[in-house]
Amino acid sequence: MTPTLQVFLIVSAALFSIGLLAALSRRHAIFILIGIEMMLAAANLNFIVFWRFGPQHQPPVGVMIALFSIAIAAAEAAVGLAIVIAVYRHYRSTNVDEFNQLRG
Amino acid sequence: MNTAAFIVIAIVTLSAAMAAATLRKLMHAALSFALAIVGLAAFFFLVGAEFVGLALVFIYIGAVAVLIVFTILLTRRDVQKDRGFNWSGVLIAAAVLASLTWSILKTQSTAIVAPHIRALTVKQIGQALMTTYVWPMQCVGLLLTAALIGALLLVIEEKP
Repeated sequence: MTPTLQVFLIVSAALFSIGLLAALSRRHAIFILIGIEMMLAAANLNFIVFWRFGPQHQPPVGVMIALFSIAIAAAEAAVGLAIVIAVYRHYRSTNVDEFNQLRG
Repeated sequence: MNTAAFIVIAIVTLSAAMAAATLRKLMHAALSFALAIVGLAAFFFLVGAEFVGLALVFIYIGAVAVLIVFTILLTRRDVQKDRGFNWSGVLIAAAVLASLTWSILKTQSTAIVAPHIRALTVKQIGQALMTTYVWPMQCVGLLLTAALIGALLLVIEEKP
């Protein structure tokens, strides 16, 4: 018995939920970013799996979208971590509960 | 597709992701995140998207994980303090997982096996990038440049 589309989707949903768990329940800003990256990666897995199991088109749309999504995730990580460092310089903390004003 | 390989990769990926979400030490969590990404790339190899798997390893482990480790080291003075753990997040994540799993299992059209396809070559991906997707690719290049310049501007020390 080979894996069906369902089990791939369930693994992807589990990965997404773990990312959501990290993003919602940790209080450290870097953990929240790790959780968001994990959710993006789970969405990528969905794109690739639907490309593999669906009808084949000549430009492989799912693969292309996954590639663009990886590039955008890299940009998001760079800006997010820069924001973490900038906020840490100001508050001397990385606990998101302590960031309670926008005024620099 | 190999069922044994699928089970092994799924266990490794999900346990590494769980470790990344729950470990108390930041550095261990960052390394577990890298391991989870390796598992995800193994999934991509398993379904025949080798190029995307390689791109995932290069970008996520070569760039994103290294950036995370750098940030952990730069904000190091803060790691000793005890951190709270918000248990309502566990409830929400469990509810999301349960509803997603329920809806996936209820959808009969997802219970299919993979069709036989011709292997996807890098040449095909390159041709698609240079013809159909040439404008999205230029936009992503612009976005990456803007994001990196913005990240630099954010972390430059302000002179008083």
